[in-house]
Amino acid sequence: MESYLVDITLILDSTVRLAVPLILACLAGLYSERAGIVDIGLEGKLLAGAFAAAAMSAVTGSAWLGLLAGIGAALIFSGIHGLASINFKGNQTISGVALNFLAAGLTTFLGQSWFKRGGYTPQLSGDQRFNPITLPFANELREVPVIGQIYYELISGHNIITYVAFIAVPVTAWVLFRTRFGLRLRAVGENPKAIDTAGISVTRLRYQALIITAVLVGIGGAYLSIAQSAGFNNNMSAGRGYIALAALIFAKWRPGPALLVCLMFGFLDAVQFRIQGQVFPIIGEVPVQAIQALPYILTVILLAGFIGRAVAPKASGIPYTKER
Amino acid sequence: MTPLPRWADVVLLPLLNVVLAFLVGGLIVLAVGQNPLQAVGIMLYGAFGYGSGFGYTLYYTTDFIFAGLAVSLAYHAGLFNIGPEGQAYVGGLGVILIGLALNGTHWAIVFPLMIICGGAFGALWAFVPGYLQAKRGSHVVITTILFNFIATSMMGFLISRVLKPAGVNSDESAPLEAITRVPQLRTFIELFKNSPVNLTFFLAIIALVFIYWLIWRTKFGYAVRALGQNPVAANYAGISNQKMIMIVMAMSGVLAAMVAVNNVGGVQGRLILNFVNGAGFVGIAVAFMGRGHPVGVGLSALLFGILYQGGQELAFQMPGITREMIVTIQALVILFTGAMGDMLRAPLARLLTRSEPATGAK
Amino acid sequence: MTSLHPTNAQRSEGTAAAPLAIELVGINKHFGPVHANRDIHLAIKRGTVHGIVGENGAGKSTLMSILYGFYTADSGEIRVNGTPATITDSRHALALGIGMVHQHFMLVDNFSVLENVVLGAEDSAFLAPTLNKARTQLKALARDYGLEVDPDAIIENLSVGQQQRVEILKALYRGAETLILDEPTGVLTPDEADHLFRILGKLREEGKTIILITHKLREIMAITDEVSVMRQGAMVKTLTTSETSPGELAELMVGRRVLLRVEKGPASPGKVLLDVQDLVVTDDFKVPRVKGVSFQVRAGEIVGIAGVAGNGQSELLESIAGMRDQLLGTIRLNGEVLSLEGDDGAARARTAGLAHVPEDRLRMGLVTTFSEWENSILGYQHSYGDGPGLDIAKARQTAEEYIKKFDIRPPNIDLKTANFSGGNQQKIVLAREMERNPDVLIVGQPTRGVDIGAIEFIHNQIIKMRDAGKAILLVSVELDEIRSLADRILVIFDGKIVGEADPATADETELGLLMTGSHASSDKTPGPGTLPAHETPVQQTLVKMSPQDLSGKDPN
Repeated sequence: MESYLVDITLILDSTVRLAVPLILACLAGLYSERAGIVDIGLEGKLLAGAFAAAAMSAVTGSAWLGLLAGIGAALIFSGIHGLASINFKGNQTISGVALNFLAAGLTTFLGQSWFKRGGYTPQLSGDQRFNPITLPFANELREVPVIGQIYYELISGHNIITYVAFIAVPVTAWVLFRTRFGLRLRAVGENPKAIDTAGISVTRLRYQALIITAVLVGIGGAYLSIAQSAGFNNNMSAGRGYIALAALIFAKWRPGPALLVCLMFGFLDAVQFRIQGQVFPIIGEVPVQAIQALPYILTVILLAGFIGRAVAPKASGIPYTKER
Repeated sequence: MTPLPRWADVVLLPLLNVVLAFLVGGLIVLAVGQNPLQAVGIMLYGAFGYGSGFGYTLYYTTDFIFAGLAVSLAYHAGLFNIGPEGQAYVGGLGVILIGLALNGTHWAIVFPLMIICGGAFGALWAFVPGYLQAKRGSHVVITTILFNFIATSMMGFLISRVLKPAGVNSDESAPLEAITRVPQLRTFIELFKNSPVNLTFFLAIIALVFIYWLIWRTKFGYAVRALGQNPVAANYAGISNQKMIMIVMAMSGVLAAMVAVNNVGGVQGRLILNFVNGAGFVGIAVAFMGRGHPVGVGLSALLFGILYQGGQELAFQMPGITREMIVTIQALVILFTGAMGDMLRAPLARLLTRSEPATGAK
Repeated sequence: MTSLHPTNAQRSEGTAAAPLAIELVGINKHFGPVHANRDIHLAIKRGTVHGIVGENGAGKSTLMSILYGFYTADSGEIRVNGTPATITDSRHALALGIGMVHQHFMLVDNFSVLENVVLGAEDSAFLAPTLNKARTQLKALARDYGLEVDPDAIIENLSVGQQQRVEILKALYRGAETLILDEPTGVLTPDEADHLFRILGKLREEGKTIILITHKLREIMAITDEVSVMRQGAMVKTLTTSETSPGELAELMVGRRVLLRVEKGPASPGKVLLDVQDLVVTDDFKVPRVKGVSFQVRAGEIVGIAGVAGNGQSELLESIAGMRDQLLGTIRLNGEVLSLEGDDGAARARTAGLAHVPEDRLRMGLVTTFSEWENSILGYQHSYGDGPGLDIAKARQTAEEYIKKFDIRPPNIDLKTANFSGGNQQKIVLAREMERNPDVLIVGQPTRGVDIGAIEFIHNQIIKMRDAGKAILLVSVELDEIRSLADRILVIFDGKIVGEADPATADETELGLLMTGSHASSDKTPGPGTLPAHETPVQQTLVKMSPQDLSGKDPN
């Protein structure tokens, strides 16, 4: 009994850790897609953010400067995306795909040029990373059964970005549904003409959304390289940007469900390590790959309209031009 | 705004975009303190300077022609297939299954069957997203991305759990016998010593000609282009949008799967984990750069072949530059020829109308 | 042409004339080659309902969009309450007390009424205070003007009439003193329209100024104080409503257009080639648009379908052409039932001997990025070459022939179709559809956006087809065109054939009445031929000359 509880707590703990970059990337995508800009390029921004954060942190020794660099890199990528899709009214999907390759290429290339470690950045330690924070009384409560354990293992002992990610969810919900900015953001993704006729600049609003997207996904990237890991390695985002995109679709572009879906996908990720080689009653051995593919398969089924309908913001993917 | 003259639209604008992409790439190389011109020289030597280098260039070109054609064909029908990577991967399953089933049989018999069987598997993997768009309204862009990941998981499972023979450590299938593999050109031509370029290269050349014929010289191609340019007009013309979407996606998958024939059938002789290694994605850049035209696709594929093979050489000669610079170039090419393809259109039109006042038709 | 040039007396303070809320002086606006507004002068008195009428494409909506700041005029001046104002975007207009209710509502469908009302007019960064304030104000507005809407309802769940009320509320919430309504009743049921007029009446009582853009003269007569008529981008005249009549307005709207005379002998109808029975067709949103239509077209006759756009003509044409599934009913071509299942019914219709000139050549009839010769075979590509190959030489030869026969200019079959003028594009379509010896030709808006010279040519071609024994179904929103071409006129309203007329004897007003469903018998839906052609109009005078183009695009 006791060991089961430990097991579950540990799985949940790694669920939280694995879900953090998904949550940040998913919320990032939410801002952009709610504003009507499709963002296939989340993966690339995540990767660029991870690299820039690790590189800056390695050079300066400050995780905080690393974080800023991560955000900065994502901002540059967002800027290119904005230029292509807002100003030049280009194809947002193509732009996103290009940015993903750009990140994959540039991070490895620059990493090798700068650090000469085959694309890896130097190992980071101490202040170069965001280290776990022990919340008040965590150690004291550790011995308290169940509640104390959960508090110690699950709630306490994460790094600052983890807490930021979880706080970002209610904040996003609040911004989206309780502020002027959120109202306009949602409107511009649904009917940009309604925004234009109300005398508000569609271009400006969309760029604002892209900036928030970049900040969040940049933090997510920094989490990968200077919080979860101790340095950058090649292609370390490993498709998390796409998973986040799938989660966003699954959550139907809403922050609360987005958190749940990201946690679910994080849980699947956490479980796959634990069940490797284990034989379950009735179903037998579950291949790891089946669990890896599950988020994608579920999203395909959702998109095909077999479980509810995922209706994207109406104007997403369409560059805005005044008629005529 | 006055439209661009045809020559500017078809040749000049795309060329400028490509030049822009390489210029930015050169600046990045310069920014890390390396000499881009020297890098170009080394790459050209690596790609053409010696027999096996040239052979490798042609081998990569083969992959990129198929992937580029796969993306181009779908794009002509207005479909953005981002899935050649997964379609090639799954196609590999078809290739190895037929190869292993007939292991020891002469390649002259197996090669065509590999094309058919691999093609069928690739077709299936692309058909499903096509079906889902035609009948269920989900978009091929997202679905093909998702299918790439599903392919990775599925193939990973099949290779490591099903196809891997007992007693082998690395994740790969049993090997094909030499006689069953698609013969490499070095067995006929001394020049290509050690390089993997094989008969599939000629298949790629045939595919280029075939796709040209298909798109611009057949009724089917006419329908594909009508659909891609104006789906409502296609419907008006009695062309079934749904059927066309499914057929074109399946054909696109067949083309992508030929990457597997080249690799699994012609080089590795076995199915290796992640053997596609990005070739499918290069196809996106090749297609945009080549503007979907087989001549353009052939040239772009060759260019990327040079970049990939030359990039290997570069990694030896200039340690400051890795092969990943090529991925960066690939990204820049997609960005400037695809997403921002019209960026220079307005300035160019202004420039041209100023220099040669209105000769174009009204 | 009498333009309204406001006199100085009118403008200066303290005269007996009512003060002006809005004054437009010398407004010009071009869209590319289209001169959408030509030197417009207009004065609108405060506290009045001012109607602006004109045909589709007359420039009404453009003018109002300029006043609202959505477009900027090329030249001219706007004066609000006597003061010159530069209105560069909608926010300026709102600040000056000008609100607009757009024809296509500018609402966010998945927002609540309240959210839509405050969008862009929020007081602070946080929504709650604004929403609370708006809630109170909406209550007051509902009480004062009869604008009741549940503030928490989601827009997509509201009826069109309620959505329109939200648009009005949006404007009033922003403190609009002048309210522009663009074709407000186009989408309303009669009940909803009556309700709207009551609201407008109350707004006028409260001293608001209302500009009503419409092409329905009944509304103008019913509610406006003054009315301005626009034609082809120019302001023709401003009149006091009580001193004018629908007849006069109609004449001003249309102008004494030179009726294009078409040399045409009497028809000699032969056997039935197109037979439509009890046809029911839905639109893309599964809403029935054709509601049980039956008619026949015989060899050697032109049957014209007259009606205001959006009454099911498009769906009717597309259904007969095989592009749209019929829900019920049958279509017979040459006696054979046409199966329309699947999305390639158009191919079967063509095989059965039907040719189709679509209403919108750019959207449907042409692939504008194709070269001229490629469009010359669109829909007939299968007859070029025996195997899978396309016989390009033969296709090019066909294109060359058409270019000569139809005098398509420039005579360059390799030119991209987008680079041809509208008239020549239409000739490409016509040549393709007429030259293949079809039994039945269905034609939608054959001369939309076509210059005068080409119109005559096109009309003659259609007559020629008739005289060659083809059955021709003609749909046009140009009543003149129907009258000069058709041998029989069927009037369609709300998806039903509501009457039949003889073009030689039919009266324009009478047809107008039928087209707008204001004829007494409109609810009992007589079948074709049951309504005597000479039955005269009853009820109030109503002419609806030229309907609104549903695509929202300018036909030019």
